[in-house]
Amino acid sequence: MKDAAESPVIELRQVHKRFEQRPDLAQRLLALAGRAIDRRTVHAVNGVSLSLARGEVVGLVGESGCGKSTLGRIVAGLHPPTEGELHYQGRPAAGLRGADRLAYTLGVQMIFQDPQASLNPRQRVRQILGEPLKVHRLAPAADIPARVDAALSAVGLGTDYRDRFPHQISGGQRQRIGIARALMVSPGFLVCDEPVAALDVSIQAQVINLFMELRAQHGFTYLFISHDLGVVRHISDRVAIMYLGRIVEQASASEIFSRANHPYTQALMAEMPDPARRGRTFTPIRGEIPSPLAPPSGCTFHPRCPHAMPRCREQVPELKSVAAGHWSACHLNDTAA
Amino acid sequence: MNHNDILLDVRGLRTAFHTEAGAWPAVDGVDLVVRRGEILGLVGESGSGKSVTGFSLLGLIDPPGEVMAGEIRFRGQELRGLDEEQMRQLRGNRIAMIFQDPLMTLNPVLRIEEQMLEAIQTHAAVPRNEALRRCVEALEMVGIPSPETRLRGYPHEFSGGMRQRVAIAIAMLNKPDLIICDEPTTALDVTIQGQILYRMQQICREHGTALIWITHDLGVVAELADRVAVMYAGRIVESGPVAQILDAPRHPYTRGLLESMPARARPGERLRQIEGMAPGLAVRPWGCAFRPRCPNAVTRCTEQAPSTTREGERDYRCYAPITPNPQPA
Repeated sequence: MKDAAESPVIELRQVHKRFEQRPDLAQRLLALAGRAIDRRTVHAVNGVSLSLARGEVVGLVGESGCGKSTLGRIVAGLHPPTEGELHYQGRPAAGLRGADRLAYTLGVQMIFQDPQASLNPRQRVRQILGEPLKVHRLAPAADIPARVDAALSAVGLGTDYRDRFPHQISGGQRQRIGIARALMVSPGFLVCDEPVAALDVSIQAQVINLFMELRAQHGFTYLFISHDLGVVRHISDRVAIMYLGRIVEQASASEIFSRANHPYTQALMAEMPDPARRGRTFTPIRGEIPSPLAPPSGCTFHPRCPHAMPRCREQVPELKSVAAGHWSACHLNDTAA
Repeated sequence: MNHNDILLDVRGLRTAFHTEAGAWPAVDGVDLVVRRGEILGLVGESGSGKSVTGFSLLGLIDPPGEVMAGEIRFRGQELRGLDEEQMRQLRGNRIAMIFQDPLMTLNPVLRIEEQMLEAIQTHAAVPRNEALRRCVEALEMVGIPSPETRLRGYPHEFSGGMRQRVAIAIAMLNKPDLIICDEPTTALDVTIQGQILYRMQQICREHGTALIWITHDLGVVAELADRVAVMYAGRIVESGPVAQILDAPRHPYTRGLLESMPARARPGERLRQIEGMAPGLAVRPWGCAFRPRCPNAVTRCTEQAPSTTREGERDYRCYAPITPNPQPA
């Protein structure tokens, strides 16, 4: 397929994801008696469009509850979107069948924050790494040990790790096992969900370096989900900032870190701890992150925004281009012009 | 330096954990000085002994752990000889502690009000009305809106950031001289962390409270602290004024930590990583514990742990320190 190489690896088109609470027994009984069920809905992802070109690293930044992990899981095919479309190499992922479907599920792999929780505690490393090959019949049984050793060395671990259980491995090395497992099926796209957040500073640097080496060797595309702007600035080509289910700003890394447009992005940057800054007087933005169960009207950031206008309370701002390749969803951009 | 300013003076603190195979020293000869109103950042990676140091100061080490040696002088008084009742009078009164997870500190079945009143009335006979007024004041100070109503709430009705504020309010109730903060913002989002740091800074400036801020985040320490102490494998390897230590570290570990932060590197550039990982308690190398990971190591490092070298206001433990005045990073 000629055009597959030119179309984005992953493209999200107006993707929504809603989680609904299932009515419990009492509610169902009341419903039989004719009372309407009050369904509490979390609109975790609210109309997100994002595309990732081959070999690109996109950093997805946001605070807890903003929907960044849900978005990552949609991309990896772990959650179907409630609305909107996910395209893999130019074709709608929902319509893929058979070998095409397998190419997508193997081609997009996920790396989780907590390798402790994502590795089976009762399996040895060689079983954890060998399983995907066995399940998908990607290699004859006799070749599996060699493939396991190759994956271990690709992530900088010795073959002596083969027979260990996850609990016999330290946090940083365990994350390497998580990465090795994703590599077993030769993916092209990695969704990394806070992969270094649980690691110590010196180990964090080792794992970030590993991600960059793997990218240089294999030309991987990454969706790199993190709340840590320092890490994101370091590794990303492009950055998308999420707040309560929406992307509020999107631009190349150098552009967004030098000319942040959205007040939320600006606030995040101001709060980014910086070892070069001394004896700072903290002037934080006010307010809590609102509950996704009851998001504010209009621009969801307006209750915390220092520049909020009456319009922000009523109207949801659209993502609009503010410079070449730089998009921001803020009403201020209309008034400033 | 005025010696009357010294609030806490710790010398040779050793805390060990007893196992069948012997006593493993989690804290192995720590010296610390905190002056009145000063913010000391205690930095280290997991397992470095920074939290155990904090617990030891408050006498909160439970078996199989034991404080084996050392002096802990607080306001001129030696704490290690005090009995449990005397320590109780001190804790929550003159020295308070804030933990990483406020859910661990707050009792889930008691209203915030009860927990705050207890903290006041344990230490002084204060009439309920007067005590309640102080609770409201403390909650206002940490920025909790409508404190009178919130006092009647339970911990689960508060968000993570709000819970941490309540924990800080409780710590501040008796206007302590020192608060030991063990990773208090690690579990919080960046914008909420900013709010907590803002409140803590305000409280210290207004009330002259000293802080020991235990963290792994050098960025926060750089912005908040007056002095910093870097811990590795149970020892403080370098300490001194923040600007001196972070701008021109002498210990290779301090420099390694600084250089491994993405904030210091050009985007996309390979980060300067410290090779290997921190040793576990049972397998700490002889001599200098950092030696196997150290680029500067010399033969002497394997023989004996370096003692403290004093250089102006800075202390470090290293035989082959980094020569000062390298290129600015």
